[in-house]
Amino acid sequence: MSHSSDPARVLETRGLARVEGEGAMRVVVRDERVTEVQLQIYEPPRFFEALLRGRGYTEPPDITARICGICPVAYQLSACLAIEDACGVAVSEEIRLLRRVLYCGEWMESHALHIYLLHAPDFLGYPSALELARDHPDLVERGLRLKKAGNAILTTIGGRAVHPVNVKVGGFYRFPEPEELSALLTVLERAREDAIATVRLVAGFDFPDFEQPHEYLALRTETGEYPLESGHLVSSAGRSFAAQSFDEYVSEHQVPWSNALHARLAGGLYVVGPLARFTLNSAGLTPLARGAAAEAGLGSECRSPFRSIVVRAVELLHACDEAIGILGTWCGRGAPAVTVAPREGTGYGVTEAPRGVLYHRYELSADGTIRTARIVPPTSQNQASIEDDLRSLVQSRLHLDDAELTHRSEQAIRNYDPCISCATHFLDLTVDRGA
Amino acid sequence: MATGSATLAVWKFASCDGCQLTVLNLEDELLSLAATVDIRFFLEAGATREPPAGQQYDLSLVEGSITTSADAERIQLVRRRSRQLVTIGACATSGGIQALRNFADVREFTSAVYASPEYISTLARSTAISDHVAVDFELTGCPIDRHQLLDVVQAFLHDRRPQISSESVCMECKRRGAVCVTVASGIPCLGPVTHAGCGALCPSCSRGCYGCFGPQESPNVEALVPRLIDLGMPGRDVGRVFRTFHVANPAFQDAASQADAGQAAEP
Repeated sequence: MSHSSDPARVLETRGLARVEGEGAMRVVVRDERVTEVQLQIYEPPRFFEALLRGRGYTEPPDITARICGICPVAYQLSACLAIEDACGVAVSEEIRLLRRVLYCGEWMESHALHIYLLHAPDFLGYPSALELARDHPDLVERGLRLKKAGNAILTTIGGRAVHPVNVKVGGFYRFPEPEELSALLTVLERAREDAIATVRLVAGFDFPDFEQPHEYLALRTETGEYPLESGHLVSSAGRSFAAQSFDEYVSEHQVPWSNALHARLAGGLYVVGPLARFTLNSAGLTPLARGAAAEAGLGSECRSPFRSIVVRAVELLHACDEAIGILGTWCGRGAPAVTVAPREGTGYGVTEAPRGVLYHRYELSADGTIRTARIVPPTSQNQASIEDDLRSLVQSRLHLDDAELTHRSEQAIRNYDPCISCATHFLDLTVDRGA
Repeated sequence: MATGSATLAVWKFASCDGCQLTVLNLEDELLSLAATVDIRFFLEAGATREPPAGQQYDLSLVEGSITTSADAERIQLVRRRSRQLVTIGACATSGGIQALRNFADVREFTSAVYASPEYISTLARSTAISDHVAVDFELTGCPIDRHQLLDVVQAFLHDRRPQISSESVCMECKRRGAVCVTVASGIPCLGPVTHAGCGALCPSCSRGCYGCFGPQESPNVEALVPRLIDLGMPGRDVGRVFRTFHVANPAFQDAASQADAGQAAEP
C-alpha cells in the first residue's frame, strides 16, 4: 500500500496524436486512487457564436462550415434546418433525400478517416497509419478508397469535399445531373464491398473488457430511418424531447483546463455519437448493415466505448448502402431549393454529425439579421464522459506500467473520435475563465 | 515511410483542420507521398517525430492563424526548425474568418471578457503567419485545393517555383467552358476579383463566387462593387461577402468599405 507522501503517478500526453485538433491529457494517481483527470483542450477558441451576430440569415451554412473541416456538412445542415425553422419553411422530399445522401458522404469520409487512419493503428500496434501502410498496404488503401468514395458524394452533390459550395438555406444551388449520379453509384457499389470488409476487419480486433453505464442521447426519426438530418431527441434513460427544448435539457459549464465547454444532460454525464445512435436506433439500419452488425457480434445495445470502432464501421456500411438506395430512385424534378423569406423569430436545428448530436439555434430579426446564435457540438457533449472513461479505465488497470496505461488512455480518448476543432469554437465571450 | 529523404511537417494554429485534411484527402497520392517524403510531424496523422538535434524539417506546411501569445511564440520555433515554410489556407494566409474579431467593437469585446484580462490580448486580433515570420510561399483557399497542394509540395521538394497562377476565377470559368453566371443569369459573382485555384466551383453550381480564395493579384474591386449592387445585391450583403473568409485582406477591406459607402447612398 502506498504511503500518502509517495509522489503522485502522473500520466500525461501533450499533443494528442490522431485526433482532430489539438489537445492533451493528464491523469494523476495518488495512493492508488485516480485523483485528477483532465482532457485538456488548449486549441484557441474562434468565437463563431460571437461573429455570427449581425450576419445575414443566408450566411450560416457557409460560415459555420468553417468550424470544422472534417464535418462541414453537419454544420451546414444543422444551420439550414435551424434557419428554415425560424422562417417557417420546410423543404421538399427530394431536397431532404439529397441532403441525406450528402450527409452519408460525410459520414463515410469521416468514419473511414477515423477507422483506418486514426483508430485502427491502436488495435494493430502501429504508431500511425503511414507505418501501418508499410506492412499492410492493402488495408490502408481500402480505407483511403472508402474515404475517397465519401468524398465523391461530397464533390458530386456538394461541389467540394471540404466546405461544400452547393448547400444553401432552402436546399441546393443546383441538383446533380443523372449522369453524374450514375457515375457516383458505380463508385459507391464498390465502396459497399469495402465497407462490408471493414466491419469484418474491426470485429476481429481485441477489445479490453470495459463497459460504461453512460446515458445515450441521439436523434430518432418519425419515419423509422436511421437518424441523420432530422428527428427528435431520445435518450437511453427514456427522455424524449424536440430540438426546441434542447436548451432546457442540456446545459454547458466551464472547467478551467479546457477551452471547450462541458455539456450536461439534465445535470448528468451523457454520450452522443455512434454508440448512442446504434443503441437507440439499430432497427433503422438497412438490412445489410443490420446483418453485418449481428455478424460482428453487436447486440441490441453497445456499452463498450472500445467497440465504437465496430459501430462506426456498421454506420459506414449503412451510409454507403442508404446512399445507394436513395440514389437508385432519386430524381430531381422540382426546384433545387425552396424560397426562404426572412422573418422575426427563433429557429432550432439538430442533426447527427459523424460524432453525434449537433445543435444550432438562431434568433433572427425581421430583416433576417442574426441576433444571437448558439451551437453545441458533439465533442463538448462527450468531454465529461471521456474523462469518466479515463478515470474508470486507469483505476481498474493500475497494475499496467505508465507507458501502457498512457497508451490505453489515449486509445480511450480516440474511442470518441473527438473533434477538438469543433469543440473549442463555442466559448461565449461572457464566460469567466477563472483565475 | 521514406527515411533519409526530404522531411515534412504539418503544423496547426487556429483553424478548422480542413486544409490539413486536404493532405489526407490526397487518397490516390498519400501513400506514394509518404514513400517519397519522410512525414515526420503531422499530429492528426499520428506522426510525432522531432528532427534530430540541430536539423530542420525540409518543408513545413502551416495551417491556421495566430490568435494567442503562446502561438505567436510557437510559430517562431516552427520557422527556426523549417528550411522552407509554406502557409496553407485562408487562416494562415490572411487570418481567416476568425479575423472578424479584429474589426469588432472593442468596448463590447473588452467588457464581455472583463473577467479574464490576461486573455484579452489573445482575443484582440487574428493574424496571418506572414505577420510573424518570413513565409516562403502562401497557398490560399478556404479550403486549399488538393491539386495545388500537391504541386506546391512537389515544387518545394524539387527546388522549383510552384505553378500557381495569380489570375482570377473568371479565367477558370473560361477555361472550363462554364457559362458566366453574371452575364447569362445576372447572378452577382466575386469571380472577377477572386484568386483562381478552386476550378470555378461555385459558378459550376449556378452560384456566384463568394471569394473564399481571397483576392487575385491586383483585383479591380472598385469596378466590381458597383456592378454587384447594380445586379441587385444589397450594399449590406456586398459588405458582408467581402468581410468573411479574407476579412483582414486590405483589398477586400477596401471593397467592403466601398460597399458601406454605397449602402449609405442607397435611397
